[in-house]
Amino acid sequence: MSDELIRLTAAELGEKLAAGDVSSVEATRAHLDRIAAVDGAVHAFLHVDGERAVETAADIDRRRAAGEALGPLAGVPIAIKDVLVTKGMPSTSGSRILEGWIPPYDATPVTKVRAAGLVPLGKTNMDEFAMGSSTEHSAYGPTHNPWDLDRIPGGSGGGSAASVAAFEAPLALGSDTGGSIRQPAHVTGTVGVKPTYGAVSRYGSIALASSLDQIGPVTRTVLDAALLHDVIAGHDPLDSTSLNMAWPSMAEAVRRADVSGLRIGVITELDGEGFQPGVRQRFHEALELLERNGAEIVEVSAPHFEYSIAAYYLILPAEASSNLAKFDSVRFGLRVTPDGAGTVEQVMAATREAGFGPEVKRRIILGTYALSAGYYDAYYGSAQKVRTLVQRDFDAAFAKVDVLASPTAPTTAFKFGEKLADPVSMYLNDIATIPANLAGVPGISVPTGLAPEDGLPVGIQFLAPAREDARLYNVGGALEQLLVAEWGGPLLGKAPDLTAHELFATEEGAL
Amino acid sequence: MARAELMDFDQALELFEPVIGLEVHVELNTTTKMFSSAPNPANSAFHGAEPNTLVSPVCLGLPGSLPVVNGDAVRKSISLGLALGCSIAESSRFARKNYFYPDLAKNYQISQYDEPIAFDGELEVEIEGGKTFMIPIERAHMEEDAGKLTHVGGSTGRIQGAEYSLVDYNRAGVPLVEIVTRPIFGAEADAPALAKAYVATIRDIAIALGISEARMERGNLRCDANVSLRPRGQEKLGTRTETKNVNSFRSIERAVRYEIQRQAAILAKGGTITQETRHWHEDTGATSAGRPKSDADDYRYFPEPDLVPVVPSAELIEELRAALPEAPAARRRRLKGEWGFTDLEFQDVANSGLLNEVAETVAAGASPAAARKWWTGELTRLANASERDVVELATPAQVAELAALVDAGTLTDRLARQVLEGVVAGEGSPQQIVDARGLAVVSDDGALIAAIDQALASQPDVLAKIRDGKVQAAGAVIGAVMKAMQGKADAARVRELVLERAAAVE
Repeated sequence: MSDELIRLTAAELGEKLAAGDVSSVEATRAHLDRIAAVDGAVHAFLHVDGERAVETAADIDRRRAAGEALGPLAGVPIAIKDVLVTKGMPSTSGSRILEGWIPPYDATPVTKVRAAGLVPLGKTNMDEFAMGSSTEHSAYGPTHNPWDLDRIPGGSGGGSAASVAAFEAPLALGSDTGGSIRQPAHVTGTVGVKPTYGAVSRYGSIALASSLDQIGPVTRTVLDAALLHDVIAGHDPLDSTSLNMAWPSMAEAVRRADVSGLRIGVITELDGEGFQPGVRQRFHEALELLERNGAEIVEVSAPHFEYSIAAYYLILPAEASSNLAKFDSVRFGLRVTPDGAGTVEQVMAATREAGFGPEVKRRIILGTYALSAGYYDAYYGSAQKVRTLVQRDFDAAFAKVDVLASPTAPTTAFKFGEKLADPVSMYLNDIATIPANLAGVPGISVPTGLAPEDGLPVGIQFLAPAREDARLYNVGGALEQLLVAEWGGPLLGKAPDLTAHELFATEEGAL
Repeated sequence: MARAELMDFDQALELFEPVIGLEVHVELNTTTKMFSSAPNPANSAFHGAEPNTLVSPVCLGLPGSLPVVNGDAVRKSISLGLALGCSIAESSRFARKNYFYPDLAKNYQISQYDEPIAFDGELEVEIEGGKTFMIPIERAHMEEDAGKLTHVGGSTGRIQGAEYSLVDYNRAGVPLVEIVTRPIFGAEADAPALAKAYVATIRDIAIALGISEARMERGNLRCDANVSLRPRGQEKLGTRTETKNVNSFRSIERAVRYEIQRQAAILAKGGTITQETRHWHEDTGATSAGRPKSDADDYRYFPEPDLVPVVPSAELIEELRAALPEAPAARRRRLKGEWGFTDLEFQDVANSGLLNEVAETVAAGASPAAARKWWTGELTRLANASERDVVELATPAQVAELAALVDAGTLTDRLARQVLEGVVAGEGSPQQIVDARGLAVVSDDGALIAAIDQALASQPDVLAKIRDGKVQAAGAVIGAVMKAMQGKADAARVRELVLERAAAVE
């Protein structure tokens, strides 16, 4: 029973809960048991609050029994990336500098998830302050890819992706600044969506780069992502950059998925050198499948995408250097007092020295430099111009096609340590995902199978014009349906049985 | 620099031309803060709250929090910009000014940099004596205030020597408009007075617009004064200093004067002025060196990515423009004419900051002379004695009512002062106090005549003197009658009656 419950999709579990076939407490306990069994090996979670989760689930069960009308995901457990602040629950953003801090408020997406009756299980691991593509930069140790525990689960949201891939949670929330939702989805065989910039409130998301960050769903199916998207999207008066518009139902877009007549543009600049053969092979097979089902595939060029990474690694550190200035020990979090006490400047410096990891320091220094008088125009100013050019590339492409497609990331999951010594090769993981953040357009990553050469999952990325997120759910939903029919079941059914690793599981989190 | 080392002011003016520039911060009195829903301590409703009680995740800079622009603050900023004769930007942006300081919760201040909301204005300022100057305004921009540090354990209250410091974030996020002038040339010996009059004019505008409590002693209005000197005949501007902590109108004038004398003394000896921030000390009447300041201070400004540009509609701007009150200099000219005051009388009112009170009292029916007399006289005396703000002691309507009672003969000046004490003590309206305390003038001649006859009868020698034509002897009788009436008689009427009775009685 327990194993069946954790393998249900969120949509299926929601239906069973609504029908009274299962209680939220049972579903929640099944997932907590799973976490207890496998998370010692996977380390998707930084914090699990089983007691509070069961209380929340019991409350939903009571409300349902009392006849209250509840949403389709009411009673379904969810994992929350540690970048989102949660009232009464630790929120570290993967950093030592926030160890022990208990936020006094909930992030807006968390408020919405709670209001929809979902059951937060705990907080998922991530690269420190979402800086990384592997979770190796987490201050609390890396998350392991459920497909191969010696490999990275992607990043920065490796914890959220691994938690759904390992059946520890049916749903998770992630954040995507340059690919932190989509690239982990690609390497773990899961679905990840970065909505249009402003579609989901950033209030309570511990900021990395304010103009790039976006919160989104991390799931095993496109429908589940759509259901969660419908819960978290919408205008928030607490976030000035949140869009004030009425959104169509994403879940409807999945249910009515149909690609006949859909024009899909393949970005030539993201389909060649630097991409692993198996990644490209599955990508093209997916396109052919869509074409056979009525889609029109055309090639489009985005000539300025090649400058995206350079621009991104100026804009992101610049904004991050300012966003991370608040971590100074004065009001919250870690405080390190140097020997013999000292001035406030010395305490701030000692705290930041001890509290930030090397990647965070690297980017703070880069950003501080890029914003310095005399360098601003050459670096930050030029990067903003590139950003405008990338947006124009998108505008030109979307004048010709409905959606764009590329492999989500250049390679399958790499082994721990492989790219740690070479930041630039680590940064190149996000070559296909970064342009969407620079332009504010939405993107989805959907599994396309396993790369023949290493048997590891790969994904396809679709991009749509801003505010046209529903197009992603249409094409993603259609492709998923076709592929699952070909495979005879979901891709994650082929993932290794993690219970073999049970002996590594710790007592922590067990009920 | 010791007083004795300063150059004589007149001599300094002979050798050098002073150039001043003024930065004025105006705290807006919105209900909530610039970027959050926390109550605004610059609104009198929240003044004096306990430390760190007017805070939210946003003004504490908690992780994940985001700013949202206060629309009321934007409207008030536009009104102020318009009143300063500025153009209003069709689109203006916020920027982050990055620097580490423990009173700055995020370690950056949200301000405006290259796109201020208001720019290119000019303001007519009248100094004492009636001379006017046009002050060029470079810009007025919106920003948030920082928190407040209290340094504990040192003798001076300054950070040097303190053991630890306490931070109060109530003020963090209070909406500010910073008004920056262009360099002001040509003020010459009037430079100190002009600096003071300029800030006073901004205070008058802020009060007329109702956008700020505008009280310097509470920090609602703060002024940084830039002063530089250049030798007569030299084109190039001298090195400037920026004097901070100037917390009263009087100290603005004194601080500018001091800096002119200090810089002149240094330059005359062949020394150089250090570009720096200087602190004004009210007690010693001198400035002292603060931190060195250079044009290369690097705040790493960049556009605030958490906020969208402020794009006020043309309709809103015109609506606010139409609602602007009369410009202070024009208003002063009008009121002075209407009231028929001498220069001295008018300045007496204006310099006490009582223009509005007098105007409202006149509007409520009092004569300008009576309004001026009560506000600048008895009420100001009572305010000084009780260390309260004169405008809090009485309302213009109460003062007008009091003046009417005096005009009607119900009260003498002396009785009116007693009634005013009752008003200040919160006993009610002047008429209510007259009734309750029984303070009205005894206007019944019968009662007065009885008292006069009795006094004359008991002082036959005085009666004889009066009859002999020694009219001044009547004083003794008048005094006795006033005493018998407990002061509630009109002394002039008593005098008339005494003379009448002295002639009439047998």
